[in-house]
Amino acid sequence: MDSLLLNSVYILMSLALLVAFLRLMKGPSLPDRVVALELIASIVVGFVGVHAIDTGVASLLDVAIVIALMAFLAAIGFARFIERRGTAND
Amino acid sequence: MIEWIIGILMVLGSLFMLLAAVGILRLPDLPTRMHASTKAGAMGAIFIMTAVVLHFSTGIVLARALAIVLFIIMTAPIAAHVIARAGYFVGVPLWRGTVKDELRDHYDPISHSLDHEELTTLTAKQKKSSS
Repeated sequence: MDSLLLNSVYILMSLALLVAFLRLMKGPSLPDRVVALELIASIVVGFVGVHAIDTGVASLLDVAIVIALMAFLAAIGFARFIERRGTAND
Repeated sequence: MIEWIIGILMVLGSLFMLLAAVGILRLPDLPTRMHASTKAGAMGAIFIMTAVVLHFSTGIVLARALAIVLFIIMTAPIAAHVIARAGYFVGVPLWRGTVKDELRDHYDPISHSLDHEELTTLTAKQKKSSS
């Protein structure tokens, strides 16, 4: 692949990670942070896909599957935790 | 030719992800942020997985990418629903420009129950189903 194109895609996704991380830092409530965390996991799945194209290693897609699975389980766990704890501010 | 299509798909996917991130930063409250992150984020992942399939173009990669895409499409709404439910229950404030909140008049945030009328119809239904 063209390295200029790959680098620009990497830069765009890093920018997306940075902006989502800003929301993760700002909050203001715990559910907002969980939403930001889920978006970060989704961006990382895309990152792994682009890296698989870059290096030509198809096995990296297994990593993407595992990351998507873990993100879903983390979101469910956080939601249970928030609901049981009963307060929005942290 | 196929290289061009792969490149366009990758750029589109990363742009969708950037859009989701900007939406999550700029939108005013929890449900609208969720609206940005789930749809645009899943769309970005789908575009990039399509690019991966076109680049490798083997059956195994197709199966894996299809598994990722199906998993994302199935789990993104479930996770968003669960987090939105938890956020509403613990009283995350909605944006002051919110037009419609149908649960507000029927829901008691202290006892986590619906109002009296709904509650009686619910218990009647439960009694009918249990007897």
